[in-house]
Amino acid sequence: MYNGGKILLGIFVFLALATYPFYNNIGKANARPEPSTDTPAIQKLAQKKCIEPEAFMKSEHMQLLNQWRDAAVRDGNRIYVAGDGQRYDISLQNTCMKCHSNKKEFCDSCHNYAGVSPYCWDCHLAPKEGK
Amino acid sequence: MSIDRRDFLKMIGASAVFALGGMGVVDGIVKDNVEAEQFRPEPGALLAKQWAMVIDMRKFKTEGDYKRIISACNNIHNIPDFSDSKHEVKWIWTDTFEHAFPEQEQGYAPESLKEMPIPLLCNHCENPPCVRVCPTKATFKRKDGLVMQDMHRCIGCRFCMAACPYGSRSFNWTDPRPHIKKENPDYPTRMRGVVEKCTFCVERLAEGKMPACVEASNGAMMFGDLSDPNSEIRKVLESNYTIRRKSELGTGPNIYYIIGGADNAREGAKRE
Ligand code: SF4
Ligand code: SF4
Ligand code: SF4
Repeated sequence: MYNGGKILLGIFVFLALATYPFYNNIGKANARPEPSTDTPAIQKLAQKKCIEPEAFMKSEHMQLLNQWRDAAVRDGNRIYVAGDGQRYDISLQNTCMKCHSNKKEFCDSCHNYAGVSPYCWDCHLAPKEGK
Repeated sequence: MSIDRRDFLKMIGASAVFALGGMGVVDGIVKDNVEAEQFRPEPGALLAKQWAMVIDMRKFKTEGDYKRIISACNNIHNIPDFSDSKHEVKWIWTDTFEHAFPEQEQGYAPESLKEMPIPLLCNHCENPPCVRVCPTKATFKRKDGLVMQDMHRCIGCRFCMAACPYGSRSFNWTDPRPHIKKENPDYPTRMRGVVEKCTFCVERLAEGKMPACVEASNGAMMFGDLSDPNSEIRKVLESNYTIRRKSELGTGPNIYYIIGGADNAREGAKRE
């Protein structure tokens, strides 16, 4: 084999580099995002619950927001009747964000962790936050 | 795969039943999550078959009368103010009578009439060319006659701008946010690369309110349902001579203008 040593060294260097991220993270538990629901509006709620059950909101809020968008913009239906019969104004800015006024600790904490950057905020105004 | 709330609840329900192995739970789950209609209009919403507007030029006397209606719209809807006119974004604006109504060729009309500033906005056409050309159906006509634009869907191709014979649409060449004087936190802004125009204040109609410009006009602008023979707007149209912009194009514009008599025309040039 010509230049066998160099080739082997090359393969070794390549493998070392390619697998570096995995070795580097071994044993380090990635901190789970902890979206904070500690906002003045939520503190004031008698019953601290979202418009739908938490598990549903966690996994399906994006679908719900899509349905909201279509209902409000396309059909002019701006009231959402939740599973428990409660009615809510369909509005990201004026319903969701009035409670979740801490976009950085709430929305961003999971979105950053998951590496997604939804474009909601290109148009919808985020609540003014101190920091 | 996307699932809606109903499917999700069913799934949760099914797994709960499975886990608990008892039929007693079924009742509880089904009862707790009965689906009525999930989406509905606001109870006090103003409804119509075809919204339309009458603008009474006799009641526009001073510069302030124009400014008031324009800034009412601009402030509520987060309209940016670009100093460079090439970037201008406008929902309601003014132009001279001569430019607004080029087909009205009254050869010897007084200069004051030709120069009279006319408030202009989207005509929410009955047969809107902007809707016909929009490749994504971002622009569409609602059941109540409003020509709406779904900003989430607009790809910024500007076909609608080319199709609209009234110049009612503006394109966001750059991020508009830095140019908004004072943000209204209750209304969204737009982003770079989308087209926008007057919405007939759809968000206010849903709450039972009149459009902002109409409210600020002190009676110089009227708004109502064209299909209702008893509406105020129909009464005004029956008792006044009105004109519309370029109606010969077949677009069916829904903004009607009362220009008024000679007195009004003579006064016209003093405004603005
Ligand atoms: S005025 Fe222009 S933008 Fe408005 S509905 Fe008519 S064609 Fe479309
Ligand atoms: S610019 Fe947007 S609204 Fe206009 S035609 Fe293209 S996609 Fe439709
Ligand atoms: S109807 Fe509403 S959106 Fe249209 S110009 Fe008047 S204030 Fe602006």
